[in-house]
Formats: sequence, structure tokens, C-alpha cells
Amino acid sequence: MKCDICHQNEATIHLTQILDGKMLKVDLCDACAKAKGVQETGLGFSLSELVGGLGVADETRAESPGAVCPICGMSQADFKKTGRLGCAACWETFEAGLNSLLKAMHKGDHHVGKVPGKAAHTLVIQHQIKGLSAQLAAAVRAEKYETAAGLRDEIRQLESQLKMSVGKK
Amino acid sequence: MTLAELFRNPSEWLKAEGPHCQIVLSSRVRLARNLQGFPFPGWAKKSERVRALEAIRPAVESVPALATRFSESMDNVSAMDKQALVERHLISREHAAKNVGSGVVINGDETISVMINEEDHLRMQALKSGLQLQKVFQMIDAVDSALEERLDYAFSPRLGYLTACPTNVGTGMRASAMLHLPAMVLSEQIGQVIQAVGKLGLAVRGLYGEGTEALGNVFQISNQTTLGETEAEIIERLNKVVLQIIEYEQNARGTLLEKKPRLVYDQIGRAYGVLTNAHTITSKEALNLLSLLRLGVDLGMLPAALRAVVDELFINAQPAHVQKTADRKLTAEERDCLRADLIRQRLVDVPKPEMNETPAPENPRAEET
Repeated sequence: MKCDICHQNEATIHLTQILDGKMLKVDLCDACAKAKGVQETGLGFSLSELVGGLGVADETRAESPGAVCPICGMSQADFKKTGRLGCAACWETFEAGLNSLLKAMHKGDHHVGKVPGKAAHTLVIQHQIKGLSAQLAAAVRAEKYETAAGLRDEIRQLESQLKMSVGKK
Repeated sequence: MTLAELFRNPSEWLKAEGPHCQIVLSSRVRLARNLQGFPFPGWAKKSERVRALEAIRPAVESVPALATRFSESMDNVSAMDKQALVERHLISREHAAKNVGSGVVINGDETISVMINEEDHLRMQALKSGLQLQKVFQMIDAVDSALEERLDYAFSPRLGYLTACPTNVGTGMRASAMLHLPAMVLSEQIGQVIQAVGKLGLAVRGLYGEGTEALGNVFQISNQTTLGETEAEIIERLNKVVLQIIEYEQNARGTLLEKKPRLVYDQIGRAYGVLTNAHTITSKEALNLLSLLRLGVDLGMLPAALRAVVDELFINAQPAHVQKTADRKLTAEERDCLRADLIRQRLVDVPKPEMNETPAPENPRAEET
């Protein structure tokens, strides 16, 4: 039996884990087990974290063939090999494939938990700008130029706020 | 503080004093976070990892909860110390394999630990004894909020905290409880529990050989999904399931004592006999027997104060800790000898288990008539 990670050496370590009622089995060679930090006395060790990505990458391949992340240069083939994404932008690069996968893997398809304070602030402003822009377009259409000018100033102010909050560490 | 100073006192979570500490050894919540503008550690070049570490480490060190701390770059931690940190549940096995460009920051009582550049830029955990998942969540949530003031997290309004592995995206949270379930194992009900828990979207972790018996009868139960639920909902779900398993374990203990007292007495008596008299013992045998000793404490056969001693030995009997006691690398044989000596010495004042009633021998023919 060959190792599930390198597909070359003979597997000498066989791990089993019950997950969502399904049995997950992984066979590893000594070298890969060591590289992954697997040892014989293991409490608190997760097979899914070890191999989760391996199968994952297979499924996404069909939906984003040939995609390469413009920021970090990770390709679909790299993702398949490691099962891990290269950077935050990869989430957009491989979005199509990841979406169906997330649906199968998680309870929902969008985040409902904690939002970092900074992000919350930014999101609120972005939302306000979007609303004001729509009003501005309507005002221009209705030829209410005075209103439009006021709205434009408001938008500019929000945009400079946004720039400041992004700029500061 | 140095690692030696950190290790001088037993970890807070080994004090065996939290709620439900008879069955729940510890509660833990860990959060995964990444920075904007840096490739994830597994894909980053060494120089990029070093740059990320340099940005993250001062921010972590400025968190009030980590004012008293051990903070080190992983290339400055010896292989033996890394393994000892794993045995104390302060870093992951994966992190123990890291060197230049990764770091670790741990507070004085070992309740908070932050791994820098593990699979994600930040893996931070809070760990306490007994069942107190909400409490450990609040602790690590405060650390996260403090860090977010100084670092720009990779966050998407739709997908939440972006992680290297799709299994962690969203909350980036893994909450878990470590349970001691000797009666579920002795009565062979553990397989059913594992299956039932799996159906609820929770995972039972640990390394398994044949069958489903875990080392020292210790099982770790954790949430498997991180997207589509709030942190509070995930913790509530896990908490409910853990409370139910506690009840099962207690019932199983009651039933075992009632139906098979001789089996229970025999197991605990033998564990006491071996641990107080062995002159060489493997860590696997030691952990399994210590588990039975702990059961003896829970059943009132041994003094309550022994529970914390057993929990401490659970860690100190493991390979790296035994070697740290000797202060040098030991062969497996040498470790087994020293381990037996350490355990014998630690248990020298422990009285024999009190087993008041001697149940009549179980005669299979008696039931037939």
C-alpha cells in the first residue's frame, strides 16, 4: 500500500477517524508522517485537517481549470497537491470550485459569526456609499443638480474616511 | 520567561478543578486568523514568513493577557522542548516541525497559547480544566479583539475569516472538550457514542488503531464545521452534546459497579498494583493504567486529591517530559525505567484502593436455575 501523500513510499502508518458517521482512513509512509508531525501517542490530532484539502482540491479542479492566483501565483495543480490555498486572494481565484465545496462541507454558505471591528466600520461605509451613489444617479437623472452636488460631497467625505481607515495600522 | 520557568508549574488545565472535572479533562477554543497582504505560511517563501512573523510577534506580545509570557522563534526551541510543548497541548504536532519564520507565545499559566505561522498566520487557543467552553471562548475572543487593533486580518464579508484550508473558513474556530470515558470503553458503548456524535456534525479525534479505543480512554470532541453558524451556536451545540456524554458515562459507571463490580475492582486494583510496583513501563501502559486510577478516584475508592496527581502524571509520563526530567535524551528502554520510577515515587503515599464490599463470585449457573 502506497503513502497517500507522496504516493511513492510504502505506507507504514495507518490512521482511522470517524467523522460525520463516515470512516476516514489515511495511510502514510514514515517520512510523510514525520513531516506532518504524526506520532504514535496522539491526542488532539485531526485527520480531516491533514487530508481535508487533498480530496477538496480534486473537486474544485473541474470547476476552475487552469486558474492561477494573480497575487501569489498558486495554480490549480499546486492547490491539488497541498490541499491548502496560497493567500487570501486565492479564495477569489478558485471561488467557483470552492463554493460548491463549502456548501457540502459546512452548515451554510456564508459567514454569520464575528466581524472584526475595522471590517465592520469599512462595510458600513461601503454600504452607505453604495446607497448615496444610487441617490446621486437618481438626482442627476431628475436634473436636481443642487441635491446631486450635496450627495457628491457626502460620498467624497465617506471615501476619504475609507482611505484613512485602510491606511492606518 | 524561559521555557524552564514555564514548565516549573503544572499547567492550569491539569489542576482538575473546573466544572465536571471528573469526566471533562479540559476545554479548548482555538481561532485561525491570517493577515491581509501576506501569502499563507505553507505557500510563503522563507523571507515572507520571516516578515510576517516580525509583524505579528510584537502585536501578540502587546496583548494584556500575554504580559507574562514565554515567547520564542521556533528555530530557537530544541526538538525535545517542541515535543514537550506538544505533550502539554500548547502547540500542534505540525507546529513542532517548524523552524525559521515560525514562533510561539504562551502565557504564564499556559491557558493561552499563540502559534505564529503554523498552517495559518495565527492559531491562538485558550485552554482550561473542566467543562467551560464559554469561558475559554471569551478568553480567546478578547485576545483576538486586541490583536485586530494592531493587525489587518484577511476577512471577507461573505466568507468570514479566510484560512489556508477550506475546512476552517468562516469563524476559523475549533472548540473542543477532552473527555475521560473509561466506563464507556469498559462497557463497549464507546463505538455507538462516536457514531452518534459524528451524525451531529461533531468529530471525535485521536489516533486510532484497530477498533476505537483511545489511549488512556481519552477522547476529544470538537466541531467540524466553521461556516454558517455563529461562534455561540457552535459552542452551545458542542456543550449540549458533551453534557449528554457526561450523563452516559456516569450511567455506564453506575451500571458497571452494579452489574460487574468484580471487573471494576479488578481493573482498578491491578492498575494500582502495577503503577505502584512497576520498575519499567511504556507510556501506553502507563496512560491506560493512570486512566483506571482516575476512575478509582471518581468512584471514591481513592483520595480525591489524587485526581490532580494522575492528570499531572498523564503529561509527565510522556516521552519528552520523562527526558526533560533526566535532562538528556534517553533510549526507549531508559525512558520506560525512569517513567516507572517517577510514577512509583509520586504514588508512594497513596493508600490501597478502598473496596468495601467483596461481591460474591459470579456463578453463571445461578442464573439458569
